[in-house]
Amino acid sequence: MVELIKSEALLDKKIATCVDKLDKKFSGQDGMRHIVVCGGTGCLSSESKEILEELERLIKEHNLEDKVSANVVGCFGFCSQGPFVKIYPEDTLYHAVKVSDVAKIFDEDIINHKVVTELLYEDPNTHERIQKQDDINFYAKQKRIVLHGSGTINPENLDEAFGNHSFEALKKVLHMTQQAVVDEVLASGLRGRGGAGFPTGKKWQFALNQVNEQKYVVCNGDEGDPGAFMDRSILEANPVNVIEGMMIAGYAIGARDGYFYVRAEYPIAVIRLKKAIKELEEVGLLGDNILGTKFSFRVHLRLGAGAFVCGEETALLNSIEGKRGMPRPRPPFPAVKGLWDKPTIINNVETLANVAYIINHGASEYSKIGDADSKGTKIFALGGKVKNVGLVEVPMGTTLRTLIFDIGGGIVNDKKFQAIQTGGPSGGCLTEADLDTPIDYGSLIAAGSMMGSGGAIVMDEDNCMVDVAKFYLEFICDESCGKCTPCRIGTKRLLEVLTRITNGNGSMEDLDLLKSLASTIKTGALCGLGQTAANPVLSTLAKFYPVYVEHVTDKKCRNGVCKKLITYNIDPNKCKKCSMCARNCPVGCISGVVGKEAFKIDTKKCIKCGTCMAVCRFGAVYKK
Amino acid sequence: MVLRKEAVDLVKNICNRYKDEPSPLMLILSDVQKEYGYIPLEVQEVISKEINVPVSEIYGVVTFYNFFSLNPKGKYVIGVCIGTACYVKGGQNIENKFEELLHIKAGQTTPDGKFTIDSLRCIGACALAPALSINGKVYPKMTVDKVATVLKEYQDKE
Repeated sequence: MVELIKSEALLDKKIATCVDKLDKKFSGQDGMRHIVVCGGTGCLSSESKEILEELERLIKEHNLEDKVSANVVGCFGFCSQGPFVKIYPEDTLYHAVKVSDVAKIFDEDIINHKVVTELLYEDPNTHERIQKQDDINFYAKQKRIVLHGSGTINPENLDEAFGNHSFEALKKVLHMTQQAVVDEVLASGLRGRGGAGFPTGKKWQFALNQVNEQKYVVCNGDEGDPGAFMDRSILEANPVNVIEGMMIAGYAIGARDGYFYVRAEYPIAVIRLKKAIKELEEVGLLGDNILGTKFSFRVHLRLGAGAFVCGEETALLNSIEGKRGMPRPRPPFPAVKGLWDKPTIINNVETLANVAYIINHGASEYSKIGDADSKGTKIFALGGKVKNVGLVEVPMGTTLRTLIFDIGGGIVNDKKFQAIQTGGPSGGCLTEADLDTPIDYGSLIAAGSMMGSGGAIVMDEDNCMVDVAKFYLEFICDESCGKCTPCRIGTKRLLEVLTRITNGNGSMEDLDLLKSLASTIKTGALCGLGQTAANPVLSTLAKFYPVYVEHVTDKKCRNGVCKKLITYNIDPNKCKKCSMCARNCPVGCISGVVGKEAFKIDTKKCIKCGTCMAVCRFGAVYKK
Repeated sequence: MVLRKEAVDLVKNICNRYKDEPSPLMLILSDVQKEYGYIPLEVQEVISKEINVPVSEIYGVVTFYNFFSLNPKGKYVIGVCIGTACYVKGGQNIENKFEELLHIKAGQTTPDGKFTIDSLRCIGACALAPALSINGKVYPKMTVDKVATVLKEYQDKE
């Protein structure tokens, strides 16, 4: 029988018990040892589920159920080093664990209390093995407010959420007036984390000002920016925190219903969110008269169906209403006329995940984090050609250099940094010259990009920026909803011009055409995604103009990416005449005699697949 | 094509699940796609009658979203991630290799109905780039060389 939490006293008691239990778990005062295993999408695909099952089996086999526990936790963030296994109370963190390592961890650490050194993270510079998470460079410069519970609490266990102080903020809010809650969020300086950066408190104020029986809170979890996975991780690691944020928003504006809109591509996030909603309903923390007050709130879940444009808030509303996900013209703004024409606020997952912290610690404390322009922290999904790929939460104002080189550990294979794309397809690229730009809303825009939702893709000297622009345009052409002409037709024409340029058929006039067309789309498109659709072109043109010119006038791709502009050749002096390339060539265009005659590529027949270059062990194949 | 009675009942059942929802269309379509495998016109007609929404509108929604399909998908759906993180690490080459081995293009299904190749826009496994998923199972850090081995795993299955 689930015990109902229908009063403040009961909630206080519940939280106190759970906090005590969790403290004891981490400190070892409960006389037990606890193993946690990362259950984020990344680690799960590297068999972390099997690792957990193996640990559970061993615990049972050794009859240690009352001395050792094992459970799943949310994403540790350091995804390129996963799967992670952590042992309390020693706080030992094992990385890149395989199922075959489990027996060793169990025998040496759990049974014999000896740290398995070879599974500890090795600092790439000092080669020192590091036992504790906080001592690893990747974590040292982060500030984890939103990700506080990630890698710590069990996202499928409501008690651990209470142990992490969930619902203390809601309790506090229920004693405040709606206006006071809005004022607090406004004073915190919190701005939308989904891309546009609109002040959250202002949005709430607009909706509060509306007089209407029915209002809605919508949580935008349609994380469409390819390369971004902040929202997924937050929902997977600590769904209760986001639900609490939504409830506070609901209380503040006077809404009784909240809708989560989550990408269908995120099955684990959906399962955990569903479970959290169900359990909160069972204990009475969602439903009518929450904690015995007049506040009632219900949470509903809707799944996306694979449309990028649904991340745009008015398109998202149409999708919830069972229509094609096409944006609506504004005004009226959703705060006035939103879901089913009722006043609605739409907040991103990360935005809502900040709310409980702000209420618990106070706006003044929160606004101390960050810089003059932007408050709080921002989570980035650091990816691409950076050594430490993963989820990173940094205070606003941190420089790109710190993000890429200190936390990210620099570029893979120590190649040369070329650019970082922030803001996904709506954002722009930033180069070497921008590395000391502080990460805040204003500075990123001034540097020619934007904050966006948090995708941060690093590109090295092997990427061609014209090709990258073309990649984004292909994406946008695919995903344009087709409602307005500038986006539907304009982006198609942009893509055609870019294809022409990367095929070696471009002219200097094409570059002017790109610029004028891009500006037209920017001013003419209906929604935020359309207006920013040409940004990848504008930003690469601004930062890499000489590269474009090379493609057009010299018909050359200096980084050897644009296939039509390169040829593969074999250096006869380096060729060892082994025939490896010829044997692997899918079109048989390489000829030579084993041991006697250096191999040669017939460039007319060559399909430029790069296989020969990949298989040659002597570096004899080169492209130019 | 005339739907079998079981199929009609299944679709009606699904519609019935959401009869209290204000706008149930997306919920119904998601379930039909999952449980029936695709959403042909005949099924749309059943839904139309059940929830009183014109077929034209339902067709508009089905064709708008990538997850809904008018044709059956293969038994094994190979989703190759072409999100940015995967793209800059060579995701496109992985997709090309599958196309080469299966003799179909992305978006198509093999004539025997066994495989479909889908280009996916980010499955959120960016740290494991380039990644792909086959019927939900994620294959991390793919290389062109590994494609044939991964494919074989499924070719050997029924």
